[in-house]
Amino acid sequence: MPAPRYLSFDTLSLHAGQRPDPATGARATPIYQTSSFVFRDTDHAAALFNMERAGHVYSRISNPTNAVLEERIAALEGGIGGIATASGQAALHLAVATIAGAGSHIVSSRSLYGGSHNLLHYTLPRFGIDTTFVDPRDLDAWRTAIRPNTRLLFGETLGNPGLDVLDVPAVAHIAHDAKIPLLVDATFTTPYLMRPFELGADLLYHSATKFLGGHGIVIGGLLVDSGAFDWEASGKFPELTEPYSGFHGMDFQEESTVAAFLLRARREGLRDFGACMAPTTAFHILQGIETLGLRMARHVDNTRKVVQVLVGHPAVESVGYPELPTHPDHEIAKRLLPRGCGAVFPFSIRGGRQAGRKFIESLRVFSHLANVGDAKSLVIHPATTTHFRMDDAALAAAGIGPGTIRLSIGLEDPQDLIDDLAGALRAAQKV
Amino acid sequence: MDLRVDGKQAYAYTGGRPFDGARPAVVFIHGAEHDHCVWVLQSRYLAHHGRSVLAVDLPGHGRSAGPPLTSVEALADWIVALLNAAGAPKAALVGHSMGSLIALECAARHPGRISRIALVGTAVPMRVTPELLDATRDAEPAAQDMVNIWSHSGYAQYPSNPGPGFWVMGENLRLMQRQKPGVMHVDFAACNAYANGVQAAARVACPVLLVLGKRDVMTPPRATVELIAALRDARVVEIPGSGHALMAEKPDEVLDALAAFL
Repeated sequence: MPAPRYLSFDTLSLHAGQRPDPATGARATPIYQTSSFVFRDTDHAAALFNMERAGHVYSRISNPTNAVLEERIAALEGGIGGIATASGQAALHLAVATIAGAGSHIVSSRSLYGGSHNLLHYTLPRFGIDTTFVDPRDLDAWRTAIRPNTRLLFGETLGNPGLDVLDVPAVAHIAHDAKIPLLVDATFTTPYLMRPFELGADLLYHSATKFLGGHGIVIGGLLVDSGAFDWEASGKFPELTEPYSGFHGMDFQEESTVAAFLLRARREGLRDFGACMAPTTAFHILQGIETLGLRMARHVDNTRKVVQVLVGHPAVESVGYPELPTHPDHEIAKRLLPRGCGAVFPFSIRGGRQAGRKFIESLRVFSHLANVGDAKSLVIHPATTTHFRMDDAALAAAGIGPGTIRLSIGLEDPQDLIDDLAGALRAAQKV
Repeated sequence: MDLRVDGKQAYAYTGGRPFDGARPAVVFIHGAEHDHCVWVLQSRYLAHHGRSVLAVDLPGHGRSAGPPLTSVEALADWIVALLNAAGAPKAALVGHSMGSLIALECAARHPGRISRIALVGTAVPMRVTPELLDATRDAEPAAQDMVNIWSHSGYAQYPSNPGPGFWVMGENLRLMQRQKPGVMHVDFAACNAYANGVQAAARVACPVLLVLGKRDVMTPPRATVELIAALRDARVVEIPGSGHALMAEKPDEVLDALAAFL
C-alpha cells in the first residue's frame, strides 16, 4: 500500500472543516444565522454546558458556520483548532488575556501595526500587563528583555509597515528556552507564504479582514493554536494547568493534553469578553479562503512587478521589499519566505510629505484608505494615519519616515497599476 | 488523579469529579500512541451521570511513568493493579483500538473484576502491516502521519472533539507527537503480537459491546467476524460516517452507545 498523504493546501482551502450540510445537502457552507440552538432534552442541555458533549449552545461561544472557518484555518496552518473573533485586534487580546494577567509581562517586536502597538503600550498597562518593545532583528534584545514574569513573546511575521521579517525559528528558540510561547501576527503572510508553526511559533492570529477574506467587506480575526506548547512542563501558566473556579474547578490541561489554551480561550475569553465573529462574516471569509492560494500567487506576482518599476524610478528614494538585496532582512526572507514577501510594502518618495500628499491624491486605480490585503490596490501614509499615535521616536524605530507611503498591491492587471503609479509619481515631482 | 500502580506513578483523569469507589466504576483505556484525553467527552459525561471514571494514561503514556508495557497481557494485568490501587472491586472497561484488546484480555483473565466491556474500533487479530510496523520503529513521524490519515474518514467532522473549532487531524497528530519517542513502536508491536484474542473472547463471560466505524480502514468491521462469533454475549453498534478515530469523529454517537450499554 503506498504511503498516504495529506490533502494539499489548495484542496484544504476548499474542503477542510466542511462537508455537505447534513440537514439539506447544501454544498456551500450554510450561514447559520441564529443566536441559539435547541437542546434535545434537559440532559443534553446540561451536558453541552458542562463540556460532556460537543455542540453549539449560543453563537457567542460557537456557531456551525464559524466552526467551519476555525477548522479550515487550523488545517491550513497545521494547528489543532481556532477561534473566530470580531477582529484581528480581538484575536490578539484574546490570546494575551488567556495566558496573561495583572503582573504579567510581554516582550514584543517594536515593528507592529499601530493598533497592536497601542494595545500593548497604552491600554494593557492599565490592566497590569506591561510590554517591553525590542528591535525584532536584535536577538540579544529579545533574550535580555525576558523577565521571570514574562508570559509571551510577540511579533509580526512581516512587520507593519517596514516589512521586518521576523526570524521565527530564532525567536521561538529564545521563547522556548524561557519556557514561554511565541505568538505571531501572520496577517501579511497568510499560510500560503509562511506556516509559522512549522518554524516554531506556538500561537498565531490573523486579521482575516485582509488577505484571508481578500474582498475588504468584513472585519474578522482568527486565533490559532499549534497545540505544541507544553503548558504543564513550563509551569508558568496556572490559568491552564490548575483548577479554574470559573468552570467548576476545571483543569484545562487535564481535559486535553494539547488543547488547554483553546479550551480556556473559548470558555473564558470568548464567553466573558464576548468579541465573537458574526456567522455571516465567517461565511464571507470562507469564500475568500477558497481562493487564497490563487490570489496570493497573483498578489505576489503583481507586487514583484510593481517593486521592480519603483526601484528604478528617479522619483523614488527607497523601496522596502525584503526580496530586494538592499532590504536588511533579505537573507532571512530567502530562507523563510521562498514564495514571496507578500503584497504590502513601503516606499519613500522624493520631496517629503508634500510630494507624498500629491502622489496619493493623484492615483486613480489605487484607493486611499486604511486597510491592506484587499483584491483592490490600496495606498496610505502611515505616519498620519495607521501609526499616528506613535511618537517620532517610535515611528523612526518602526522604520516609518515622514515620506513613507504604504502600498497594498491588489489583483488588477499589473500594467494598469504600474501606469497609475507612474502617473502619480510624475504629478508628485511637479509640486 | 495520581495513583501508584505496580510501584510506579500512574495518572487517570476522573471526568471532573473525584473518584468514588462506592459508585460503579468505568475504566477508559486509550489506544496506541494516545493518552486519556481521547475520552474526555465520554468520560466526563459518565462521571456526571452516576459513575466513577478512570480514564487512564497507560504506563509510559501521557502523565504516567514509563516504560510502556510490551504486551497486551501485561497491560491487562496492569488494569487490575490500577483497580486495586483505586479501591475499585469491579469495573466496566471501555477500550479503543489497542485499548480494546487490553479490555478483552482483562475480562478473560480477571472475570471476577470486570462487569462488562466495550470495544471501540476493534479487530481481532489486530495485525499491523510490516511497512507500518517498521515505520513506527525507524521513522516515527512518517508512521504518525500514516496512522493519522488512515484513522480519519474525511476532512470535516461534526461536532469536533472536544468541541467546535477543533481540527481533529491536527489535534490527533499533536497528541501522538506528545508521546515519548519509542512508545509508538512498543504499542503497535504489542497489538501485532497479540495472538490470543479469539481464545480470550471465548473465555469472556460478561456482556460485550462493539462500537465500530463503518468507514474504519484501520480496524474495519469485517475484521471482527471471528471475535463476535467467539463471544457469548455480544452486541454491535456500527456508526456510519466514522473512521477509526470514532471518539473524535462521532463523539455523540459513541457516547450514546456507551451510555446505553453501561
